[in-house]
Amino acid sequence: MIWVDTVLQGVLLGGLYALFALGLSLVFGIMRLVNLAHGDLIVFAAYLILLLVTLLGLGPFMAAIVALPIMFALGWALQRVVLNRVLGTDILPPLLVTFGLSVVLQNALLEGFSADSRRIPAGWLETASLPIGPISLGVMPLLTFLSAIAVTLALQWVFYRTSLGRAFRATSDDPVTASLMGVKPASVFAKATGIAMIVVTIAALYLGTRANFDPTTGPARLIYAFEAVIIGGLGSLWGTLAGGIIIGVAQTVGAQINPEWQILAGHVAFLVVLLIRPRGLFPRAFD
Amino acid sequence: MALLETRGLTAHYGDFQALFGVDLDLAEGETMAVIGANGAGKTTLMRSIAGVLAQSPDMVRFDGRAIGAMAPDDIMAAGIAMVPEGRKLFPSLSVEENLLMGCHRRKVAGPWSLETVYGLFPILKERRHQPGTALSGGQQQMVSIGRALMSNPRVLLCDEISLGLAPVVIKDIYAAFPQIRETGASIVVVEQDIGQAMKVADRVHCMMEGRVTLSGKPGELSREAIHDAYFGAAA
Repeated sequence: MIWVDTVLQGVLLGGLYALFALGLSLVFGIMRLVNLAHGDLIVFAAYLILLLVTLLGLGPFMAAIVALPIMFALGWALQRVVLNRVLGTDILPPLLVTFGLSVVLQNALLEGFSADSRRIPAGWLETASLPIGPISLGVMPLLTFLSAIAVTLALQWVFYRTSLGRAFRATSDDPVTASLMGVKPASVFAKATGIAMIVVTIAALYLGTRANFDPTTGPARLIYAFEAVIIGGLGSLWGTLAGGIIIGVAQTVGAQINPEWQILAGHVAFLVVLLIRPRGLFPRAFD
Repeated sequence: MALLETRGLTAHYGDFQALFGVDLDLAEGETMAVIGANGAGKTTLMRSIAGVLAQSPDMVRFDGRAIGAMAPDDIMAAGIAMVPEGRKLFPSLSVEENLLMGCHRRKVAGPWSLETVYGLFPILKERRHQPGTALSGGQQQMVSIGRALMSNPRVLLCDEISLGLAPVVIKDIYAAFPQIRETGASIVVVEQDIGQAMKVADRVHCMMEGRVTLSGKPGELSREAIHDAYFGAAA
């Protein structure tokens, strides 16, 4: 029974990692941009939610809803003002710029919020749980996992059922031909990053309510996100969700065997998948 | 006044000059063919008109506007649609989604819609849910033409649509041209297949080494004159 419980907790934890990863996956899938500041943007959004909670007295969910449009606008502007200028055939400039952004964000957060670790208070929800037979599942982890599925479904819907999604895929295939069809790649990319920041905000809500965070928490989240994206196969949203779950389960199973192995087990699972399926579980048919 | 005109159009790829002052006029409803050997500058001409290669504004005028320096998506929105060389379907999109990309930005009422494009190329309706790249070369070319038509363009640019296709398939595709012309669209056809170009065009321009070397109505041009303009006159 302990193993069923361990795996279930791992699946729920995987939901959190999937939320970290989905925004990264979206941006990479559309513009081949690896955003090294992704983890720091999640932490930034967590501070934004915390600020709204403490200053306006909002509940964490309400604060996240208020933060959504702010983060969308920030992502849109970030892409328009900074990242669009460095996108091109050379992948190095955008990497360097997002790396720089990561350093800037961490230091700005350090200046603004000090190095103290913080947490978004969620009241009774923090400790609430649902007993299912002999196992009990935390309400927060369950909400996290359901949100990850909802976000995947929503992104999938945008990608495959809307004209914006069609433009996303067409631009990802061939930006020059897409522009011959009337698509402005710069504006499509700005919308994509805006949407990624919405996902980042949702990830930040659960990051901040489940565990402590401080200005240097970002890079570790980026690594989990990265691993989830790569396990799933670059550009596949369901793959990213599966990748997050695999890391989550590996971590809880590792921790069950020996508490020192939790983080290590996640990374080992990532390496094993890379060895067996170098292109990930659900790679795109072409690249 | 011409609907589309180029005036002293020059184009460079780095130090290499590909076009040396090309002057062409396309009237409303006219079909113009541009023929020439590989490297004559035909594709460069098309890319300059479509905005993929930005030039100085006055080098290309469309409906009285200087569009030489406009972005390709704005030129498309103004009414010039391109069937690019090599078809360039979007591999992640189904046939129908590829077609819908044509009216992503330019949504004007006109003769062309999914229904009429399927009427023009019925095979595409059968295969509309398949990925564009699962189709044969000729069918892909139909998707590429249909995609451009979906924008109800005033000018349709067709870049080497017969390239790599079997003669019988080329005939099938060109069979659609009278119907496209009937809708009033002006067409520029760039071709290496001279016979096909002469059949559909009201006027033919022959290019060599970045210059127009011969222009005229198909009936008025002798094979010898075209031969000389195509390969250079034997001195």
